[in-house]
Amino acid sequence: MKRSLHVYAVLYLAFLYAPIALLPVFAFNDGTVIAFPLRGFTFEWFRQLTEIPALHAAVLNSLTIAVASAVLATCLGILAARAATRFEFPGKKGIMGLIMLPLVLPEIIVAVSLLVVLLQLGLSLGAWTVILGHVLIATPFSIAILNSAFQGLDTSLEEAAIDLGETKLSSFRLITLPLVMPGIISSLLIAFTISLDEFIIAFFLTGTDPTLPVYLWGQLRFPQKLPVVMALGTILVVASVLLLTIAEYFRRRGAARTGQKDAGGFL
Amino acid sequence: MKDTRAAAQPIITLEKVEKYYGDYYALRGITAEIRQGEFFSLLGPSGCGKTTLLRTIAGFEELSGGRLTIDGKDMKGVPANVRPTNMVFQSYAIFPHLTVAQNVGFGLRREPLSRAEKERKVIEALDMVGLKGYGARAAHALSGGQRQRVALARALILEPKVLLLDEPLSALDKKMREQMQMELRRLQRQVGITFILVTHDQEEALIMSDRIAVMFEGQIAQLDTPQMLYRRPVSRQVAEFIGVMNFLPAKATVTDATHIEVEAAGLGRAVIDPEQLPGGWHPGETQSVGIRPETMSILFPGETTDRRVATGVVEDRAYYGDMTYYEVRLDGVEKPMTISMKNLVGRPVLERGEQARVAWDARSLVLFA
Repeated sequence: MKRSLHVYAVLYLAFLYAPIALLPVFAFNDGTVIAFPLRGFTFEWFRQLTEIPALHAAVLNSLTIAVASAVLATCLGILAARAATRFEFPGKKGIMGLIMLPLVLPEIIVAVSLLVVLLQLGLSLGAWTVILGHVLIATPFSIAILNSAFQGLDTSLEEAAIDLGETKLSSFRLITLPLVMPGIISSLLIAFTISLDEFIIAFFLTGTDPTLPVYLWGQLRFPQKLPVVMALGTILVVASVLLLTIAEYFRRRGAARTGQKDAGGFL
Repeated sequence: MKDTRAAAQPIITLEKVEKYYGDYYALRGITAEIRQGEFFSLLGPSGCGKTTLLRTIAGFEELSGGRLTIDGKDMKGVPANVRPTNMVFQSYAIFPHLTVAQNVGFGLRREPLSRAEKERKVIEALDMVGLKGYGARAAHALSGGQRQRVALARALILEPKVLLLDEPLSALDKKMREQMQMELRRLQRQVGITFILVTHDQEEALIMSDRIAVMFEGQIAQLDTPQMLYRRPVSRQVAEFIGVMNFLPAKATVTDATHIEVEAAGLGRAVIDPEQLPGGWHPGETQSVGIRPETMSILFPGETTDRRVATGVVEDRAYYGDMTYYEVRLDGVEKPMTISMKNLVGRPVLERGEQARVAWDARSLVLFA
């Protein structure tokens, strides 16, 4: 029984990660056909990445959108998390539930309905419409992270600062902000990663300038470009894992610093 | 020695102070004066409004009605950050990301002092609470007792007119708590600032306070010195909250201006002084008398006394080493009463079922309506 569970766990992990493990394998393979046996080791595909202007535009577009989405989602997250942990107001549970709903809402529904609304309003698509969509799906994650950061804070801390002569605003800046800063950094990184990887909303709302995932999808139609896509995918996987690790590190450090018990995050 | 004239000056006046949340009344018309330089306690069970009253004085809660003045100034619309009060929070609210010195010196940020002066003040404040040399330590690594001291130093550094303490000792263990009680008292005498302590621990309030306001359900039931509260509680509720008191059904009649005759079950007739009446009602309304366990004693066989003697049976006893607590049912009374006896050399400890002669004194009776 124990042995079969062990086997199951290994199979499960293999199923999850084997495809991703194949990315770097073929990214360094000296051959245009994605198939075994491997032909030899090369940096050629990575070199080619540096020579595609359309790709560079897509990367820049994606980075701009990801940074803007991360900052906006985190700002909204701070407001919502503070409201949720500090104040009691009628309909609080319902409001928080609705804010968190995009977490489980199918992205295709979000994307299509946003597109319909934007077109009905006669607005043109562009980077800002993608940012709008990404803020929508990243904000619940930001709130979840920031909620745990704010929840661990003793409400007397701000009162103590006010009691010692600070205003409401300055006590937030001097006391609360430094204490939730690890949560804010963690939220920024997670929202950034979500936006950078997101495809469906970007595909529907992107207009003429594609984001990186949309550009990648376009390239899949050309089989000879597949190894380049593999190389790019490798870079994206490494970058995403790195960012999420940093985010988790900050979340845990924040939890330790305010002396709360680790209630688990996304990693 | 305290200047009694200065001590009589009110630093805080409360006039019909009310606080309600929706239709829940937390404070129902509190009127009191807190004097300059006294150690004042707000004592009561949880939910009696004592913490709300403290937070109202600090400025964290707005009044729903009535008037509050501190040092002669009406506090209406005056926010917490400019009131001449500082607070020690129940959780201590030590800023975990700062050092001990940064915590203590936090309130000096906006003071027009030089850096050297601020540093000197911080060192003095740490010295005062017994944390000399702790300045550079990280605040989150301190023990409970040390946090408490940091909170005290941080609140006192601004030399407030009134220091507010919200159950500051409840998180400490028994030994530490007893030590801090004495230290707080000493500190209060040393700095001469008015301290207002919120506590649910009657013993703590009795030990530390100059005066105590006993609160029930948003109202002050009695405001008195510890001795008066203990000896002359105005109601059974107050008497039961502070220490232990035995109650016996009783009737009273006024014989003349200086004498009241009481007839108490199990004790018999006694004549008492009108001074023993807490007041506010006619002696004729008396329903019961109260008597503290330590004001009675059990006579051993053959012992004589010039005090009054009642007889009963020992129902139970609890031996505490230095003391023995007896449950004695007096003849003609249903409920047994508690009597505490010091275990002196040569005094026998009575067993269950033994006959007991109980000596008591009419001066220790308290009448209740």
